[in-house]
Amino acid sequence: MDELIARTLNAAQLRGASYADVRVVETTRQSLLVRNGTVQGIGQSEDVGFGVRVVADGALGFASSHRMELEEAERVADLAVRIARASALVKREDVDLGPPVVQRGTYRTPVEIDPFTVSLEAKLELLLRADAEMRRVRGVTSTEAEMVFIRQRKTFASTEGSWITQEILESGCGIEATAVRDGEVQRRSYPNSVGRHQQTRGYEFILEQDLVAHAPRIAEEAVALLSADPCPDAVTTLILGGSQVALQIHESCGHAIELDRVFGTEAAYAGTSFLTPDRLGRFRYGSEVVNIVADATIPGGLGTFGWDDEGVPAQRVDIVREGIFVGYLTDRQSARRLLRWLGPSPYVTGESNGAARAMSWNRIPLIRMTNINLLPGTWRLEDLIADTDEGIFMDTNRSWSIDDRRLNFQFGCEIAWEIKRGKRTRLLRNPIYTGITPEFWRSCDAVCSEEHWVLWGTPNCGKGEPGQIAHTGHGASPARFRNVRVFGKR
Amino acid sequence: MLGERRVAELLKGALAQARIGEVEIVLLAGHEALTRFANNTIHQNVAETNGEAAVRLAVGKRLGSAITNRLDPEALAQAIAQAEASARRAPETPDFPGFPAPQPTEPVFAFDEAAAGATPEDRARLVGEVIRLAEEVGAVASGALSTAVEEVAVANSKGVFCYHAGTRVRFRTVVHREDGSGYAERAAWRWDALHVPSLARSAVDRALQAQHPREVPPGVYPVLLDPYAVQDMVSWLGYAGAGALAVQEGRSWMNDRIGTKVLSDLLTLWDDGRDPAGIPLPFDFEGVPRQRVVIVDRGVPRGPVYDTVTAARDGKPSTGHALPKAWPEAASLGPLPTHLFLAVGDATTEDLLRALGEGLYITRFWYTRLVHPRDCVVTGMTRDGVFWVEGGEIAYPVRNLRFTQGYVQALAGAKQVGNETYLLSNGRFGADRVPALLLESFTFTGVTEY
Repeated sequence: MDELIARTLNAAQLRGASYADVRVVETTRQSLLVRNGTVQGIGQSEDVGFGVRVVADGALGFASSHRMELEEAERVADLAVRIARASALVKREDVDLGPPVVQRGTYRTPVEIDPFTVSLEAKLELLLRADAEMRRVRGVTSTEAEMVFIRQRKTFASTEGSWITQEILESGCGIEATAVRDGEVQRRSYPNSVGRHQQTRGYEFILEQDLVAHAPRIAEEAVALLSADPCPDAVTTLILGGSQVALQIHESCGHAIELDRVFGTEAAYAGTSFLTPDRLGRFRYGSEVVNIVADATIPGGLGTFGWDDEGVPAQRVDIVREGIFVGYLTDRQSARRLLRWLGPSPYVTGESNGAARAMSWNRIPLIRMTNINLLPGTWRLEDLIADTDEGIFMDTNRSWSIDDRRLNFQFGCEIAWEIKRGKRTRLLRNPIYTGITPEFWRSCDAVCSEEHWVLWGTPNCGKGEPGQIAHTGHGASPARFRNVRVFGKR
Repeated sequence: MLGERRVAELLKGALAQARIGEVEIVLLAGHEALTRFANNTIHQNVAETNGEAAVRLAVGKRLGSAITNRLDPEALAQAIAQAEASARRAPETPDFPGFPAPQPTEPVFAFDEAAAGATPEDRARLVGEVIRLAEEVGAVASGALSTAVEEVAVANSKGVFCYHAGTRVRFRTVVHREDGSGYAERAAWRWDALHVPSLARSAVDRALQAQHPREVPPGVYPVLLDPYAVQDMVSWLGYAGAGALAVQEGRSWMNDRIGTKVLSDLLTLWDDGRDPAGIPLPFDFEGVPRQRVVIVDRGVPRGPVYDTVTAARDGKPSTGHALPKAWPEAASLGPLPTHLFLAVGDATTEDLLRALGEGLYITRFWYTRLVHPRDCVVTGMTRDGVFWVEGGEIAYPVRNLRFTQGYVQALAGAKQVGNETYLLSNGRFGADRVPALLLESFTFTGVTEY
């Protein structure tokens, strides 16, 4: 592999690249899916290849291949340079990556139990037991239980002198129960919806989730929701469970702070952002209790690593401090552009804060979320509910939609309870809330404490063309928002 | 490109080595290049060569699978061994009907040498033309132009071997100018079927029309939907309920409606993976020939599409709509339609505007998500050009709106169908061909400030 990397870099330079980097990525994935009591799939996949990114004639080109051969390395390097030169036919300015980044080292996700050493039988037994517990509940019509384990080994090398090897390991799991009656379909999930919760940890993460213990509860809730009252139409106080706060952060903050979106390079697909550079350092994004960081260094997050895919070290940076918007997620190019745009300031250094991430060898790094975390507040959840005279508590995301500038959102949850005089009362089905991002975060008057704080994993974040799925983390605890419009099924 | 002979040798050789059980191998290989532009410059320009083989192996009714992207005999043998090891440790899947037996599959020609041979310079020149058109009016263009060669093969130990090589080209652009934007998109398998400059011109024109939008309050309005928005509706109907698994589990919009007229009788929707007017793939990922399946016939749901597992449950033959089941993303979805066609009508855009009289004319929907499956209730935003229509003519652009709408109910109120169809990529191995639609009512639940 070292020879392939060296040959690729050398070939790119010989063909005229002023900069080149190579990433070799090898991914092993194991997935287990149980559906309605039967094993739907036990699969393992291996995927290996390399991608070369070059600057030639002041423009970027990228080519990649799954054929790990020296001859192919020459072809791919040649193609990348040719593509860069074609890009240069339609360029406005030369690519500026800023000062060289020279990094050498290794990083490995710390794990207690390597999930690839745990037997298939043990994993299946756990899933089948959880599935059986759900199916035991009368009225449940379909069930699903899954586990996913991913090991990604990657080597990054550049003509600037970087050489980095990393091994990132992820473990994920989840269960879902669906109940159908009289045209009503209700689903409950645990620990999170969209299939699973996931972290960069080992099999100990799976054991901690205790799927079997939670299975009867979510199955019962799915059935109970069939006959629950619909969520009323109202403008009221809303308390969101931690995983839904995580989703709210992801959609209305995480994407909005991606500096490539801000500069319009995702305009045709993912969209742009309302957090324009003139707002940096002065815009009131949320209330004073809203403190958000991007932290690629925190253990366990899906956005935790040693270096990003441009070889920039993992960092923790402030995004929202006491409600004021103070930081973007950046890569090398966009950080330089922001510096040219705004000049140096406490919020603008011209250096990447390490958010360039690629899905695999066959994709270029884009600015992606790392772990975008809402820092914990001081409230115990019980106290927060007791402190709420009237409102609705919603939990676990069911649907999510937001406009292309990340302002107007509408999120549905799996379950809700009415809050009356400080108590969680009747169950409500099909709850939905909607709002405008800064108005919503400014209405946040309480965030729950560390004891409720979970580093949630989002393993399904789409962006870019060709499409890339990123795995991002979002630390969050339940939080309260005032004067929110809520409604049920329309 | 690997070519049929090499693929056949590789897959049949691997199957011959398998010692036990039934084995199925799905191979996906190809080369894709994509030139992406924004701010009137090419900013991302990429190419990929890749190939994957997905093995499913059954020991009796015990199933295992493995995927590799190393396409050599040794790697395939390892994948088969791995799938076998998994299968041996798996409990039985009682309703596994076995892999299908061979059926005659007529090939469909959908390979264009010009698309396969398109160079980075070819793509850059066309993108340059798009940018020039935008710059002429002080606008900013973004988008992507891609070309791909795709090889798909399915083989199993019962003697199935199917191979298809096709090309795919796709262009999309969003053009922004001040406070308005326009959009254009098409897919094709022939390079010269993609008229990039005329598509760019239409997006530029739409952006110019969309300047200085006014606010229209949320409410229920009649709407004229461009085919881009119609594809979103058709795609959700397909994804969230036109597959047999959703119907069998009672979570489809078709449940309790099959055979009953619930949509406008102007609407006929079918899936046809063999029609060269789409992006054909003549067999599914179990190697079963794709059938033309009428999903809605003049407003009446006729039934879902099947793979072998769901078909066996209902005592029917597969319609050839299996997804690649070894891929985890597809494992729990069941069969899906991936080549949808909505019947064309006879109304021109002017006819449709005149018939709309007063209401909203919408370019496309964005970030749509399923809220409730049984009525296919979806929420999303409008994007890239919304207009208020009065007296059958566009009066002025309006700000984007959020909608929450049951697609089944909305399509029950289809009043007219456009006389032109667009072929639009659906990201699921195919593309959909749809016309514009005039709908009696559509529910908007919020507005944005732009």
